[in-house]
Amino acid sequence: MSASMTRRKAVNAVMMTLSTGAAVLGLVVLALILMHLLVRGAGALNLAVFTQDTPSPNAAGGLRNAIVGSLMMSAIAVAIGTPIGILAGTYMAEYGRFAKLSKVIRFVNDILLSAPSIIVGLFVYQLLVVSFGHFSGLAGSVALAILVIPIVVRTTEDMLLLVPDQLREAGLAMGWPRWIVIRQIAYKAAMSGIMTGVLLAVARISGETAPLLFTALSNNFFSLNMTQPMSSLPITIFQFALSPYQNWQDLAWAGALLITIAVLALSIIARLVTSRKEKS
Amino acid sequence: MTAASDIDTRSKNPVAQSDRVFGALTLAAAILVLLVLVGVFISLVMGAWPALQKFGPAFLWTKSWNPVTNKFGAIAPLYGTVVTSIVAMVIAVPVGLGVAIFLTDLCPRVLRRPLGIAIELLAGIPSIIYGIWGLFVFAPFMQSTIQPALIATLGKLPVIGALFAGPPYGIGLFTAGLILAMMILPFIASLSRDIFGTVPPMLREAAYGMGMTRWEVNRHIVIPHVRTALVGGIMLSLGRALGETMAVTFVIGNAHRISGSILAPGTTISAAIANEFNEATTPMYVSSLIALGLVLFILTFIVLACAQWMLRRMKAKAGV
Repeated sequence: MSASMTRRKAVNAVMMTLSTGAAVLGLVVLALILMHLLVRGAGALNLAVFTQDTPSPNAAGGLRNAIVGSLMMSAIAVAIGTPIGILAGTYMAEYGRFAKLSKVIRFVNDILLSAPSIIVGLFVYQLLVVSFGHFSGLAGSVALAILVIPIVVRTTEDMLLLVPDQLREAGLAMGWPRWIVIRQIAYKAAMSGIMTGVLLAVARISGETAPLLFTALSNNFFSLNMTQPMSSLPITIFQFALSPYQNWQDLAWAGALLITIAVLALSIIARLVTSRKEKS
Repeated sequence: MTAASDIDTRSKNPVAQSDRVFGALTLAAAILVLLVLVGVFISLVMGAWPALQKFGPAFLWTKSWNPVTNKFGAIAPLYGTVVTSIVAMVIAVPVGLGVAIFLTDLCPRVLRRPLGIAIELLAGIPSIIYGIWGLFVFAPFMQSTIQPALIATLGKLPVIGALFAGPPYGIGLFTAGLILAMMILPFIASLSRDIFGTVPPMLREAAYGMGMTRWEVNRHIVIPHVRTALVGGIMLSLGRALGETMAVTFVIGNAHRISGSILAPGTTISAAIANEFNEATTPMYVSSLIALGLVLFILTFIVLACAQWMLRRMKAKAGV
């Protein structure tokens, strides 16, 4: 074997070892994070976490108000963001497929998809908190909805573009107007993909903290009033983790575990929805 | 598909009208998406206006951040944002590419799918989880083990020693950069794996057929083939790192200062906004924080726009 071949093989061995090392390092670090989360979180998890409200320092309590607040704000955010996202995605894939405007919106949407969420918080603060004069759960929902929209727009457009045009033409040939064709044919064919997008959007917003900081603020008491400041899991974790009190820190870990489980479960369900569709 | 205009020329029968209504509705939703971005920009400019008027462009390079004298400048958080992002990218990009090469070329076939899915799932874990882990587990470990070792070794070197000087605080720019690296690692890895997957198998096979080693195929065939998209993907991750709030806020130390050492506490734009916004008492303080947000928005907009452009170019190329 020539000297250059030996050298090339040596370089190859070194680089391949490094890349395997990178994979092992990455997985070990991420496994460590999940392990700590599981140990500290599960240690602090009990029934009281779900049935009692956030306590004062060194008192017994749970995260009920934060969990309910998070669920309510996420639900309203999805209720606002999903229809807007689906309609906008429909425009880009159907009515405006070849329009210049669609190109512009695709670009803008991709920017919104990765824009810093704290900026969205500042925007909604100026828009809803300053003008109404107080923080509210509704403002938090709107901030989260702005994060939902780009995800839903993106998946709706992608999924509608996958629907073969022959199906649409068949519908049009039956004399249906386009909006019936879109509703009865295109949406039906793209349904599971759009659902995946919505689920991923829920996963994304359920851990978002920054946009809620100065929109929903927080609330130490149980509240269902969307026009008032509202507690949420991420903000409670943020506040409790940075506190010096042991019971607050424990609750922060419990909350972190809950959010992670929710996010992982949603992502897995989203995957199952698509893979089942692919099989059938 | 025809343009929306030919709907309008049809008769006034109710079916055509209902179609027009639905078409207009989708158009309105699409324009709303556009308006959100424009609205974000306008609202930031309006909110930042008092500060921008008072400090002018000097806001960008003023070091002072003093709520008492009402004098504010962006350079310290801007510096922290850039330094933490550089640390994160320097670590996460090579490791992420290594993971991607491992997943496409080396990984046993049985593990390929589960590992790929695991990495994609990890990319979706919210940043506050990385933040709380950084605060309780990683920062103490940095303080007790890694930072003393760095100070004792790299800190003694002539030129770069200054970067690793000072006491081990645990928290600080370096720790924040490392946490950011861990957070964007799964994102970079799964994105590059997808990008590597777009390389036509014929190219790889031809290269192997010529007797190239695995590394040579990756280095000379795969990476050059997807270079534009890869750079685009890396810029997308940079956009995330620049704007990331929660992973950083826990471990940055929140100190408005510029230290020579990257082990020292600092702050980033997003951490400063997250920490101080609700405590800002004077209108000028609030306005200065919004001005910081405007700087961050412009910075990430430029980075993300470049990323989009590069990823588009690859898609156009693959389409041909």
